[in-house]
Amino acid sequence: MRTLDRVVLESRVFAGLEEGFAEQLAGCSQTAGFQAGETLFREGEPADVFYMVRRGRVALELYVPGRGELTIETIDAGSVVGWSWLFPPHVWHFDARAVAPVRAVAVDGACIRGKCEEDPALGYELMQRFSAVLLERLNATRLRLADLYGGGHGS
Amino acid sequence: MAVEPLVVSPGPMVPQPYRVRTRGRETADTWTIELEPLGPAPIDLEPGQFAMLTAYGVGEVPISLSGRGSDGSLIHTIRDVGAVTAELCRTPRDGTIGVRGPFGTTWPLEEARGADVVVLAGGLGLAPLRPAVEGLLSQPDSYGRLLLLYGARTPGDLLYPQQLEDWRGEGLDVRLTVDAGTRSWLERVGFVSALLDDVTVDFESAVALVCGPEVMMRVTVKALLQRGASPERTYVSLERSMSCGIGHCGHCQLGPILICRDGPVFTWDEVARWLSVREL
Repeated sequence: MRTLDRVVLESRVFAGLEEGFAEQLAGCSQTAGFQAGETLFREGEPADVFYMVRRGRVALELYVPGRGELTIETIDAGSVVGWSWLFPPHVWHFDARAVAPVRAVAVDGACIRGKCEEDPALGYELMQRFSAVLLERLNATRLRLADLYGGGHGS
Repeated sequence: MAVEPLVVSPGPMVPQPYRVRTRGRETADTWTIELEPLGPAPIDLEPGQFAMLTAYGVGEVPISLSGRGSDGSLIHTIRDVGAVTAELCRTPRDGTIGVRGPFGTTWPLEEARGADVVVLAGGLGLAPLRPAVEGLLSQPDSYGRLLLLYGARTPGDLLYPQQLEDWRGEGLDVRLTVDAGTRSWLERVGFVSALLDDVTVDFESAVALVCGPEVMMRVTVKALLQRGASPERTYVSLERSMSCGIGHCGHCQLGPILICRDGPVFTWDEVARWLSVREL
């Protein structure tokens, strides 16, 4: 059976992480599972965790009165869901729902923040990795805002 | 003595009359028409090539081949974005449309033999790739893994939804994403390049075929190259203001390249430096 630090290293976001750091992450982690349709978290609730998705698909949703729930992004195996745990006031900005059955590792936000405070090298490493995810998603969001497919591209 | 009827080629600048055999709506602003020749010399288009379609009395536009009927009829998918395309989309069954061609280069189905093939399409860019996908699937043993990664604005903007399902049934690994979805959409939401995140092909030897809006192609090719894809084996289909179709008028010039004559299908290393020049 694989230990959680091995599982952490299987995540695309944490691939190649120094073993000591992986152990620290694993020390704040536990496995989690969600059925299709089940909610991981809701907008406005305390953001005290993030998830490394190992299997399945998670949808980030925004409830729009009159239009219902819009899916603004999906996150698949290998990536992470949630960074509101990292920034005050530690409150979720969107809903997250399992589109398909999800297996994940849930990392306790307060626990890992405490370890980062104690070990700035760990904090810097994690901040770099989360920043890379943020940058990737920000760029993808900007491209979607450009509405590239809506123009006059002929066939 | 029987006399063979004299068939004189009308030359590349004279549209040949074609009858609209079928027309069907794909999305809110996009139609697919099937054309059969009324004249004696049908035009033969290969995947990747384009024809100049004439709406008589209105004008002419370049449209890529998006399929062939079993008897060689031409299938084109057209988005209504202007006066000519609006008229082409409006032309009823049995109406007449002019066709000039064939023009341009083809998707490299021969060169791709033996390799994994990753097809990346954005929006209407699936239309020029469809005959290439059909060509790949017609000889699956000749290629390695076949993947189609396709992004569109919304689920309702996906072209050929039934065919996408059929292709899955034929063994094509089809991965879809949209810019915005609802709860009924169970596939991915995000930019098309993110579909590459969990693709496990041998990118160094794979052949990539990419078509969509130019910015989408730039971003997607960058993601492919980051994963080890070769610029010489990464193909894109470019679009500029093609007018004559034979490299005479210069309207589709991109640096030293004339898209209608030298393209529209290019390897990335042929065009990358020119696509980064804003003034071209």
